[in-house]
Amino acid sequence: MAVRCAGIEKGFGRGPARVQVLRGTDFSVPTGQMTFLVGPSGCGKTTLISVVGGILSPDAGAVEVFGQDLAALSRGRLADFRLQNLGFIFQQFNLLPALSAVENAAVPLIARGESAARAHAAAAEALGELGLGDHGHKMPQQLSGGQQQRVAIARALVHQPRLVICDEPTASLDAESGQNVMALLRDVALAGDTQRAVVVVTHDNRIFDFADRMVEMSDGRVVGASPAAAEP
Amino acid sequence: MMRLGLKMLFGDPIKCLGLVLGVALCTLLICQQVSIFFGLLGRASSVVNDAAEADVWVMDPAVNTVDVPFPLRDTALARVRGVDGVAWAVPLFKQNTQVKTRRGTLENGLIVGLDDVSLVGVPDTFIMGTSVHDLRRTDAIAVNPAGFRLLYPGEDLELGRELEINDRRAVIAAFVEASPAFSANLLIYTPYARALTYTNGGRNRLSFVLVKAADGQAPEAVAAAVAEQTGLKAVTRAAFRGESIAYVLANTGIPASFGTVVFLGVLIGIAIVGLTFNQFIMESIKQYAALKAIGVRNGRLLLMTLGQSAFVTVVGYGLGLLAAAAFFRFGSQSDALKGFYLLPQVAVAVFVLACAIVLVSTLVSMRKVLTVDPAAVFRG
Ligand SMILES: Nc1ncnc2c1ncn2[C@@H]1O[C@H](COP(=O)(O)OP(=O)(O)OP(=O)(O)O)[C@@H](O)[C@H]1O
Ligand SMILES: [Mg+2]
Repeated sequence: MAVRCAGIEKGFGRGPARVQVLRGTDFSVPTGQMTFLVGPSGCGKTTLISVVGGILSPDAGAVEVFGQDLAALSRGRLADFRLQNLGFIFQQFNLLPALSAVENAAVPLIARGESAARAHAAAAEALGELGLGDHGHKMPQQLSGGQQQRVAIARALVHQPRLVICDEPTASLDAESGQNVMALLRDVALAGDTQRAVVVVTHDNRIFDFADRMVEMSDGRVVGASPAAAEP
Repeated sequence: MMRLGLKMLFGDPIKCLGLVLGVALCTLLICQQVSIFFGLLGRASSVVNDAAEADVWVMDPAVNTVDVPFPLRDTALARVRGVDGVAWAVPLFKQNTQVKTRRGTLENGLIVGLDDVSLVGVPDTFIMGTSVHDLRRTDAIAVNPAGFRLLYPGEDLELGRELEINDRRAVIAAFVEASPAFSANLLIYTPYARALTYTNGGRNRLSFVLVKAADGQAPEAVAAAVAEQTGLKAVTRAAFRGESIAYVLANTGIPASFGTVVFLGVLIGIAIVGLTFNQFIMESIKQYAALKAIGVRNGRLLLMTLGQSAFVTVVGYGLGLLAAAAFFRFGSQSDALKGFYLLPQVAVAVFVLACAIVLVSTLVSMRKVLTVDPAAVFRG
């Protein structure tokens, strides 16, 4: 299991304005698979993967990622944990506009303290795998949406994280780019490695075919999964 | 990570320029104002400065600046000469008066009357005229070049020009490199007796007595002895310079007005740099959130931003200092700015100030980065 969450509670705001978003959510992500998290808008999908990714702390419940209890980590250690083990892909690609494609993709390695030369070489390789070998020197605004999302994927994968978390990765893309991006994500992020896992939050039923497993959420709870998680 | 920060900064050339110019402007303004301030203070004591041979100045007990003398009795000179430890003592007369050229140009000038024999107190750089002896000729005076140009705008220095001082004829016989004084830019040096004829009034018009301490005598000790034995005020050259400067500080609006400009300079600097930096950071706040989500620690983000501020400070300060240096380099060729220099201490102090301005601006903007919720990246 890559992720094991049990009884997650998370709400926002105080007093009468408080909204309870996650209501005792149980959620797990097996390794070697691409898990899709689906459900109506506002049901708490983004909130749940933020908790899983260690960028939002739950009010109650336990989150284990690769056996590590996230609640046991200080804020700094949690950042280090993300840097080592997680890759994020956002709906808005959130590339740094002042950096070229290669420099953007190299950010996690630079943040780890690796030399610029090594980081850029690894980033160029990741871009190559994603079919952007010739575009490494370009700035984000010179790239199409699909190309930008592929740069973002390269950034999420360059440090070979064990878990990749994606929120609506294809929402800003046309159908064809969406298909390409998902195929690349499956091939590169999992790469046939049974120790790695991918979680994708999406509304986009055009890419449901890529799911090894679908988890459905409604109103702050996981209401079903297909196929059901095989507990070891 | 620092390189990353710099890349981000250069990615927005307009703001980068705004930040650098903000610091540069601030540096220029403050360097210039503070240096002029010290220059003006220097003018307050320039007559004391220029009389390099005098160890001790003797004056009426009420006097506390070289700019406002009160006449001593003529007998004071002889009494001072009688004090042990005094190698020699000479009179110095000092008074502001009006000077007119043949063409009718009128200027305020400072007449300094010097001991007829030794001419102690005249600045030791003669620009034109062969020596002090030129001043012994009939009606001869020495003026400073800046003063000459006030009287004869746009003309080359020329000896032999005639002036009218208080109905009396004066002939320019020499040019001396005198620092401009606080009360006048035109300085006129002439022997004591002639200086008296150029000004109205009866006897007892001795402004100061200048004393040289005998070999092996400390000026402080001589000053104390003179004060005790004559009942007059006697202070060392350095002390009198300090008193004259303190007088300007305490009795004019100069410190307040320069202080205000410097204070405003700092405020404007913080406003320009702070607001621009803040805007720069706010515009990329989503990217900062993304970096945090990826796992970049706050400390490293801080480092990144400090790299940006360091660049802005160094380049902005460098440009501002260059501009200030150019201002004084070319400005000091004009008479109005004569004697004003960019002081190294001021440059260093302003660098510290520039660092503080940028640091304050950075840290204020940085708070947004440190507190931004990385989960914000997932929100639309
Ligand atoms: N930081 C926050 N402060 C207040 N309310 C929040 C915050 N984040 C999320 N919410 C609320 O929590 C609820 C669930 O949000 P979430 O983003 O998890 O839903 P979602 O399933 O991802 O929806 P969508 O499919 O539209 O992205 C929404 O009502 C949202 O307004
Ligand atoms: Mg969402």
